[in-house]
Amino acid sequence: MKFLRKIFDNAHAQLNKSEKTKKLFPLVDSVDTLMFTPNHVTKKGAHIRDSIDLKRTMMLVIIALIPCLLFGIYNTGYQHYLLTGEDVTFWEVVAKGALVVLPLVIVSYASGLLVEFIFAIKNGHAVQEGFLVSGMLIPLIMPADVPLWMVAIATIFAVVIGKEVFGGTGMNILNVALTARAFLFFAYPTKMSGNSVWITGFDKMDGVDASSGATALGDLASFMQETPALENVAQFEQKYTMMDSFLGFIPGSVGETSVLMCLIGAGLLLWTGVASWRIMISFFFGGFVMASILNIIGGNGYFELPALHQLMVGGFMFGLVFMATDPVTASQTSSGKYIYGFLAGFLGILIRMVNPAYPEGIMLAILIANVFAPLIDHMVIRANIKRRNNRLKTA
Amino acid sequence: MSQTITIRKGLDINMKGKAEKVLVESAKSNLFSIQPPNFPGLTPKLVVKVGDKVKAGSALFYDKYREQIQYVSPCSGSVKEIVRGLKRRVMAVLIEPDSKMDYLEAEVVDVNSLDRQGVKSLMLKAGLWPFLRMRPIDIVADPKDTPKSIFISSFDSNPLAPDNNFILEGKDAEFNAGIEMLKKLTDGPIHLQTRKESSSVFKNAKGVQLTTVKGAHPAGNVGVQMHHIDPINKGEIVWYINPQDVLILGRYALTAKYDVTKVVAVCGENITDRKYVKTLIGSSIKSILTCDCDENSRIISGNPLTGSSVEADGYLSFYDSQITVLPEGNSYKFFLTEGWLGPGFKRFSASRAYPTWLIALFNKGKEYAIDTNVNGEERAFVVSGQYEKVFPFDIYPVYLIKSILSNDIEAMENLGIYEVAPEDFALCEFVCTSKINVQQIVRDGLDLIQQECM
Repeated sequence: MKFLRKIFDNAHAQLNKSEKTKKLFPLVDSVDTLMFTPNHVTKKGAHIRDSIDLKRTMMLVIIALIPCLLFGIYNTGYQHYLLTGEDVTFWEVVAKGALVVLPLVIVSYASGLLVEFIFAIKNGHAVQEGFLVSGMLIPLIMPADVPLWMVAIATIFAVVIGKEVFGGTGMNILNVALTARAFLFFAYPTKMSGNSVWITGFDKMDGVDASSGATALGDLASFMQETPALENVAQFEQKYTMMDSFLGFIPGSVGETSVLMCLIGAGLLLWTGVASWRIMISFFFGGFVMASILNIIGGNGYFELPALHQLMVGGFMFGLVFMATDPVTASQTSSGKYIYGFLAGFLGILIRMVNPAYPEGIMLAILIANVFAPLIDHMVIRANIKRRNNRLKTA
Repeated sequence: MSQTITIRKGLDINMKGKAEKVLVESAKSNLFSIQPPNFPGLTPKLVVKVGDKVKAGSALFYDKYREQIQYVSPCSGSVKEIVRGLKRRVMAVLIEPDSKMDYLEAEVVDVNSLDRQGVKSLMLKAGLWPFLRMRPIDIVADPKDTPKSIFISSFDSNPLAPDNNFILEGKDAEFNAGIEMLKKLTDGPIHLQTRKESSSVFKNAKGVQLTTVKGAHPAGNVGVQMHHIDPINKGEIVWYINPQDVLILGRYALTAKYDVTKVVAVCGENITDRKYVKTLIGSSIKSILTCDCDENSRIISGNPLTGSSVEADGYLSFYDSQITVLPEGNSYKFFLTEGWLGPGFKRFSASRAYPTWLIALFNKGKEYAIDTNVNGEERAFVVSGQYEKVFPFDIYPVYLIKSILSNDIEAMENLGIYEVAPEDFALCEFVCTSKINVQQIVRDGLDLIQQECM
C-alpha cells in the first residue's frame, strides 16, 4: 500500500509544480480517492463523521446491477442461438453475449467519463460519483444490437444536457440513464424499435420469420393493430410463459428481462438501505392497479393479459428497482415518495397499454414522474407549513 | 405529576473512551479565560484593561447591544492579556489568578422576597445571566423577555457525555435553590426532563414539571424536548439552562458568591486517564487533563458532535462540561482494507451499507473507535431521507437547510427555523453521505434571523 501511496503523492507533487498542470488535478485525484479514502479531517461542525460516503453508496448500486448484467450477457447469447437453432455449449452462449454486451458497457463508461472529466477540469472540482451508476445503467437498457456510436452519442447527450447543465451530480432533474434512452428513442426511432434490434445478429439471419425478433411488448402491442402477431392471449402466454418472463428468457433490452435478477438487486438495495422501499412498493402498487383496471375493461389481447404477467414483461421491474429509486430525481420527502412511486407505476402501465406506439411506457412515465417530483415535494412541504401555522393559531 | 415522551428517531453513537466515575480535583489553572466567541451573536464591550485587578464576579465585558448583560471573571486576580483576532475582534480575556479567591461582595438575599425584576437585576449584576439561553436563535437570553417556560434537560445523550446523575449527586439544596430563582422568571412551568434511571436530585426537584424521555440521542437536546412537550411558535420565547449551571445559580442564592465550580468529564480514546474533574469555568485544558495525550490527538471542549476544537494550551469553553480527546484521522485508508469499500466491521455507521446495524443485533454494547477523518469528500445532496431518520422534529431538514443557503427568511420561518439550534442538526451532519457542514449553515441562518428579525 505504501508503494501505491508514494506513486500518488509523487503524481500530486508533479502536478502542483506548474499552474498549467494544476488544472489536471481532478484526473489524478479521482483515481487517488478511488484507491484511498483521503486523509481529510473535519474542520467545522461535528468532529466525527459517519463511515458512509457517496462512493460506497454508488458502488452498492453497481453491485446490485451485476446479477442483471451477467444474466443480460447470457440471455443475449441465448436469444441469438435460440433463433439460429445451433447446438452450442453454455460458454459459447456466454461468449456471444459478452462480445455484444461488454462493448456497450465500455463505450458507455468511456464516453460518459470523458464528459465528466472535461467538466471537472473546466470547473475545477473533483470528479463526482454519480456517473458510475449511470454508466452501468445505460448499456442495460439498450437493445442488444444498438450501434455503438449511438450509445456514445446518447451518453454524451444525457450527461451534458441531462446533468452537467444543471450543475452535475445531485442537481439533475431527469434520470440520466433514462435521458440517454429517451434521446435514442426519439432521435432514432427506426433503430430503437421494431423487430430487428432486440436479438443480436438478427439482420444477418436467413430464413427466420421477421416477427420472431419482436419483444414480448411488441407482440402485445400488435394486439391493438389490424393484424396481430399472435391470435390471442393464450398464445401469448404460451410463447412467453410466466416462468420465462420471471426468469428472463425473453427478448428485450439487455439487462431488463429478468425479474428474478432485478429482485436480487432490489434485495441488496433494500438490505443496505440504499434505495427507498417506499418508492418500490408504491411503484409496484401503481402499476398493478392500472394493469388490473385495464384488465377488467378488457376488449383486446393486450388488456386481457393478467396484471401480474403484464408487470413481468418489459422494463417495469428494472425501472422499479433501479430507475425510479434514483434519490436525486425522485421525491425527497417520505410521503412524497409514495405518491411519486405510485404515479410512475400507474402512468407507466397506462402509457404502455393504451398507446402501443410507446411500448417503453415505463421509461417515459419515470421521466414524467421525475418532472413532477419537485411539485409533489412542494405540496408535502406546504402541508407541513400549514400544520405549523395552524399550531400558531390554536396556541 | 409526570408524563413520558418517546423519541422514535435518532442515533446513539457508542464510542470508546467513556470517563470512569471517579471524581478528582483539578490542578489550579495558572490562567483563566473567558471567550466571547463562546456566546454566538455577542459583540463584547470591554470594561477592563490589561493589569486591572478583578475579583470573582467582577465584570470583564458586556454585550454592546444588550448592555445589562455582563460577563464576569471566574476568579480573582489581574487581567493578563486581551487576545484579539481578525478586525481586532476580542477572542479572549485572560486572567492571572492570585493565590487566594476573593469574591465580589454581596449580601445573601432571600429570593422568595424578590419580584421578577428583582431576580433579574440580581442575576444580571452577579454575572449569572449568561447561563440562561433562549430559543429561538440559541443565544444568551434577553432580560427584556418573559419566556413562556424554562427547560432543563437533566441528561446529556451525546456520545461520551458526562453523567449528570453522578455529577449532581447530593446537590439537592443547590439545585432546588437554583430552580427557585428560575421560577421567578416565568409565568409558565419549569420543565425538567429526566430519564427513567435519573437520580433523586432530579426526580424530587421541587416545583418543576417532570417529563420522562425515552429514546436515542438527540433525546437529551432541549430543542427536541421542547418540540415534543411545548413547541415554539413564531413570536414565542423559551429559555433553557444546563443542570450544572442551575447549581451555580443555586450556590449564589445560598452564599452570594459567584462560585463557578463545575465538574467536567475527561473522555475520549486518546487519553488514558479518563475521570470526572472538578474545576472552574474558563480553566486551562492543561490544568484539567492529568496526563499527556497522544501526539496525534484532537482536544475538543465539549462532545465530539457539537464541541469546539481547542489547542493543548487552550481553555474550557463556557457552557461545556466535557473534554474529549480523539485521534486525528489524518491518514490515508486503502479502499479495500479499511477505506470506502472495505467490509467495515470496525467502522461505525448509521447506514446499513456498513455492518454496524448487524453487529448491534448480537452485541448491543459494542464500542467503536471513531477518529476525526471525514470519511469521504464533500458533495451535493444526493441521498434523500437520511437526515429524517435522526432528526426527531416535524420539520423537513434538507428543505430548511436549502432555504438558509438561499437566504430566504420567509421560507426559513415557514419551515421551522425558530425551533432548531445547530446542535439539533449535529446528527444530520454526522450521518450525511455528502459530508455537508450542516451545523454551520444553521448557525448562519440563525445569525441572519437575529440581524433581520429580532
